[in-house]
Amino acid sequence: MEYRDYYQILGVERGADQDAIKRSYRKLARKYHPDVSKETDAEAKFKELNEAYEVLKDPEKRAAYDQLGNNWQAGQDFRPPPGWDQGFEFHGGYTQVDPEQFSDFFESLFGRGGFGSQGFQHAGGRNRRGENTHAKILIDLEDAYKGATRTLTLRHSEIGADGRPQIRERAINVKIPKGIAPGQQIRLSGQGEAGLGGAGAGDLYLEVEFKPHALYHLDGKTVYLDLPVTPWEAALGATVRAPTPTGAVDLRIPPNSRAGSKLRLKGRGLPSKEPGDLFVVLQIALPPADSEAAKTAYRQMEKAFNFEPRAGLGA
Amino acid sequence: MTDKPTYMPASLLDDDSPITLGDLCRICGITAEQVLALVDEGVIEPAAREQGVWRFHALSIRRVRCAYRLNRDLGINLAGAALAVELLEEIEQLRARLRRLERMEH
Repeated sequence: MEYRDYYQILGVERGADQDAIKRSYRKLARKYHPDVSKETDAEAKFKELNEAYEVLKDPEKRAAYDQLGNNWQAGQDFRPPPGWDQGFEFHGGYTQVDPEQFSDFFESLFGRGGFGSQGFQHAGGRNRRGENTHAKILIDLEDAYKGATRTLTLRHSEIGADGRPQIRERAINVKIPKGIAPGQQIRLSGQGEAGLGGAGAGDLYLEVEFKPHALYHLDGKTVYLDLPVTPWEAALGATVRAPTPTGAVDLRIPPNSRAGSKLRLKGRGLPSKEPGDLFVVLQIALPPADSEAAKTAYRQMEKAFNFEPRAGLGA
Repeated sequence: MTDKPTYMPASLLDDDSPITLGDLCRICGITAEQVLALVDEGVIEPAAREQGVWRFHALSIRRVRCAYRLNRDLGINLAGAALAVELLEEIEQLRARLRRLERMEH
């Protein structure tokens, strides 16, 4: 197992006082909180921070950790010296955090025997329904229209024969029902944590997130498509071909359309009992003046229009 | 274990199937008092009240869990967590909009 440098993780000197440790933890916790952070490894970083803070915020655990000495390097192979914690009096394992998230290193020091054994005992009786668990699932827009299947790898903790929790990996296949929208949940009954004493397992909840799509974007069940049109199509009206998630359609552009005009295709948004709408948002694409004929056409427009787009700017 | 895929029975919690206060508590692993506190802060709103029983949108699950994680992990009180949840959602929307606008420029 690897030695973990909790001071380095929290970015403080070994001699830092408790206030400095707390300040640094709070600052880093805000930075790496998985709900707040966009960093890719936020979750792992946040777990590491919590583990480090769990030890260093508690003067008893901190003193015991300091006892291991200053000569260890992060990542160095580590075995706790026998009787390393003698002479320390510990109280009550873990506070508020989930102890199953912690590293082997933490567990070897604080997780067994002595004070740590209390940490794994669940509150409540011997027969206890398993905890509900939560995970996120990323899907494509097309999946919401057609339904899809996914294979998920779940990490479960189970109480082993020796009475201690063990991590077990397990793959399950999930059918993603048609008509799912962002933020909705899929429930898999009995796929959460195992129960204790013959009680049933908890449920697994999957929160649905959509991958960004190259053409469409979503607001609830409403789907938006940005559709480029030419200035003359927008001005004179036209029938143009437009993609939709359920297949291309002929779309009538009314005369005198403007950039940002929205055309509604009722019921072509995400499917459900009350399906969402699809809005086509017009973008006016300007043809480049890259030939003499094109330049002439622009000069003719200049003559034909008495057009003052900056009239209201007062300059 | 066999290689043949077997599919776990899955059910969709959508707007058509509002959940009870009890469901919300069990799903999120929090007490009814904690849910009520979040209703008081305006983080979630009951979708309906049928014969004195509250029903919630399944979308509330995400907000409740986020608010309580922020509360537990960062020591933010519920009013602050409520603000953070709303701001985070706004940032998410703005990011989505920005992605869209940046795409249109190309």
